[in-house]
Formats: sequence, structure tokens, C-alpha cells
Amino acid sequence: MSPDHSPLLIIDGLVKQFGGFRALDGLSFSLAAGEILGLVGPNGSGKTTCINIVSGLYTPDGGSIHFEGRSVAGLPSHRLAHAGINRTFQIPRPFLTLTVRENVDIAIAYGRNRDTRTDTDALLSSLGLLAFADQPAAELNSARQKMLDLARALATGPRLLLVDELAAGLNPAELEHIAAKLKDLACSGIALLVVEHLMGFIGQITDRIVVMNAGKEIFEGSLANAFTNSQVVEVFLGGEDAA
Amino acid sequence: MRHVLLILVPVVATFAILPSVYSNHLLLFNFMIFIMLAQGVNVIYGFTGYLPFGYVGFFGAGAYGFSLMVIHLQAPPLLALPVGAGAAVVLGLFLTPLFRLSGAYFSIANLAAALAVLQVVSNPNLESITKGPYGISLSGVFNPTLAYGTALAVLAATLGLVIYLRNSRFGMALQAIREDPISAGMAGINVVRERIIAWLLSALIAGLAGGVFAWYVSVFYPETVFSGEFTIFAIVFALFGGNATVVGPILGVVILYGLYNAVGISTPQYFQLIYGALIMGLVLFLPNGLVSLLRRWGLNVP
Repeated sequence: MSPDHSPLLIIDGLVKQFGGFRALDGLSFSLAAGEILGLVGPNGSGKTTCINIVSGLYTPDGGSIHFEGRSVAGLPSHRLAHAGINRTFQIPRPFLTLTVRENVDIAIAYGRNRDTRTDTDALLSSLGLLAFADQPAAELNSARQKMLDLARALATGPRLLLVDELAAGLNPAELEHIAAKLKDLACSGIALLVVEHLMGFIGQITDRIVVMNAGKEIFEGSLANAFTNSQVVEVFLGGEDAA
Repeated sequence: MRHVLLILVPVVATFAILPSVYSNHLLLFNFMIFIMLAQGVNVIYGFTGYLPFGYVGFFGAGAYGFSLMVIHLQAPPLLALPVGAGAAVVLGLFLTPLFRLSGAYFSIANLAAALAVLQVVSNPNLESITKGPYGISLSGVFNPTLAYGTALAVLAATLGLVIYLRNSRFGMALQAIREDPISAGMAGINVVRERIIAWLLSALIAGLAGGVFAWYVSVFYPETVFSGEFTIFAIVFALFGGNATVVGPILGVVILYGLYNAVGISTPQYFQLIYGALIMGLVLFLPNGLVSLLRRWGLNVP
């Protein structure tokens, strides 16, 4: 098998415990370059925990994470950013007192982007932020702060982008725009792992989804097939004994 | 470079010229010490957001490091000064585990650490090493003119450092860490390392200030150089002027320490009233200091 066809990210048997609660209980899946994988599941099923581990916020308690053939489990965030992994946050986390431009400049300066042509203005412009470049990030509305999160992540030149509920709270026009943007990124070869509750949005951008429940994957395949799977239906809608 | 010309050169030149027209040199010297300390607080609090309630610990460590070099090794003052400042940096390194704490917990732990150092230094059983509670006398190297000149150099270096932080990507990274350490990590910044560098630079400034202070006054007690007043003043001056800027802490020292000397010495009872009201008013209405007022008027404050 040539390296081009081996998956970019392989997660195997990932475990994370918070006290007595197993947030992840042996999660496994893989992701190829240029692919958009949707990670769905009910609240508390471990989606964000998974992203937090892959981006270095938490260290895993078991299992392995391989990125481009290298074990990256437990590395601190800045080293993962240098390795080519980045993310957005469910609640955007810009550097509030810095200007929009400085927010991106700093990621270019410290992110060790392999593509040295990355240009702040072009990046801001592609995400509709150029007009606000010299305002403090605190003055942006929350939809634009989300775009700034994305701009900062892209400034580091990621090859794996973890997208945590980017679509929540956006209006239909913004949704349309961001869906096209994410597809463009995938076309350019970036692998995307998208956590989302909006199934329409997931269906629009992904070919494949992983459905999680109680820290494990219970289904892998297309969104259309997912809802013919009795286990998935039970998790989302409640089984006969759930009432 | 513009900031060096507009801020560093005028401030240093002012303190270089004033002794020839104003006779209270000790007061001028204290102004310089407080500008250094307020800028030192600025480096760690203004740029990275950690409020060091025990900041005076570094000042005292520098003063004692300097003095013990002079007393025990007969070191010349200009050699004892960097070594004394090194003592403050070592103390800073020793305290790096405090960064596991955040917010008020960090501040309280830092305060406790400074008090612990004071207790060790003033322990009567260590009299043969530190002179214990009986204090230090450095009459052999007493040279106020040279000490004043050295303080000028330390002041220039301190201002130079803050100007660098204000204009460099390293300073911007520190501010990013202050705003959101998690996002800073994702932007590729080594949060732990950069924060410790800022902390040690801040300790170095206070250590140099403490060493040159010991040299200038040459007779002091442990309570003098570990007095919590240094911490409080430095923090209030930096906050009053405005953190994460070059001019803010300077403005804070000039106005508040000036007021302290004008009102505080002659009528201390009014001074405390004015000072207290000023601090309350600031925290309530101007939490980002005087410079935020200037910014509101559209001025770009360096």
C-alpha cells in the first residue's frame, strides 16, 4: 500500500476517564486526507472529548492516535499544531483584546505553517473578516468569532482540521457559505473531522459519518444508511424500553 | 525604534539631568526603582495575566544576593549586581510550579513564598550568613553617585525590554497566552515555556532593582527590602497607568508616587483617603488604567 492511500489519522481503542465516568470507552476510527468525516451522537457521547484529546487539551488514558504514521497521543497542543493538527472551538476562543489581524498573525508566526505563502489578508478576506481586520476580536459577533477561530486554525497550515460545532447558531446564508468553504478545504487535501448536531449540514458536506454512543462508535457509513440502523435509531429516538 | 526615541531616551535623560537641579536624590532614585518595579509587574501581569502579590520577594532576593556577595566575597558592586539579580531569577525558577495555579490562588501562593523567603533571611540562626534580623551594612562600597548611574542603566534596560515586548511577536504571544492559553497552544505557542521566560524576565528586573537599591541605601533591614509596600505600590502604579503598554506604568509612577510624596508625607491622613478613593474609582470605572482613557479619545498609546 502506498503511503498516499494509508489513512492520515488512525484512532484505535481510545479511552478517557473523568473520575469514575468513561467519556471514551475504546473509540476507533480512521480518516483519510481530503475526507470530511462527520462525528455525530447524542449529548455526552464523547464527541468533543475525542476532539479535545486529538488536539492535545486532554491526555488519553488508553488507546493510540497515529497522525501521518506517527504516534501523537498525549502531545501538548503547540506540538500538535506544529505537526499539522488544528481545530475550532464550539464556543469560539479568540484573543479578545488583540485585533482580528493580530489573532491570525500570531498563528502564522508561531504555527510553523509549511506553506510560507499564507497571507493574513487573503485568509481574512476568504472568511469575510477583512473589513474587521483592525478591530479587537472582542467586537466581533459570535458568528464572526467562529470564522476567526477557523482563520486562526487555517493560518497554521493544518492537514487535519477538527471542527467542533461550527454551524450551530449560523443563519442559512452563513451555513451555505461555510459548507462550501469546508468542502473547498477538503478538496485542497485537508482532512476534516466535523462534530455537528445539524444533520442537514452533516449530510451536505460529509460522505461518511461515525455515530457515537457512550464513548464508542456504534455505526460507520453514510448518513442515509445510519437511520436505517436500529441501534442508531434507538440512541437518537429512544428504544422501546427507554420511555 | 520610535518608542526608544520617544519614551526611553526622554525618561532616562530626565533622571540623568534632574540630580543637578534637584537636591533630593533619594527621592529621584526611588522614582527610578518604582518605574522598574511597575514595569516588572507589567511584564508578568500586563502581558501574561499573572498577578504577583509576592513580587517583592524578587526585590529582596536581589538586595540580599547583592549584599552577601559584597560582604562574604568582597565582590565589586558591578559584579555583585548581576549575581544578586541571578538570585532573584533562581527564586523565580524555584517558584515556577506556582503556574499550576491560576487567578487569586497564584497570587496568594506567591505572597506566601515571598513571606517565607523573608522569614528565612531574617532567621537569627542564620546570622553568620544573612545577618539575620539585624540588617545589612555595606559602608565599604557606599557610592551613591555610581549606584545612581547604575540604576539609570538598569532603568534603560528595563524600558528597552518592555518596548521590545510591546513591539515583538514574543510580546504578542504573551498577550495571547493571557487572553486564552488553550487557543494560544493551538496557535502553536509553547505556553509553558513562554510564560516562564516572562516570569524570569520579571524576576530579573526586580532582582536588579533590589541589588541597586541595596547598594544605594547600603544600610537596611530584611523588613525594608521585603516590605509588602513595594509589591502593592508596584501593582497599583502599573494598574493605574495601564498594563501591557510602555507608558502606562511610567505614568502611574510619576502621578501616584508624585502624589504620595506631595500629600502623603505632609498630611498622611488625607493621603490615605485620597489614595483609597482613587484606587476604588479606578477599579470601578477605569480597570484598564489611564491609557484606556487616552485610547478612548482615539490616541494610539505605545
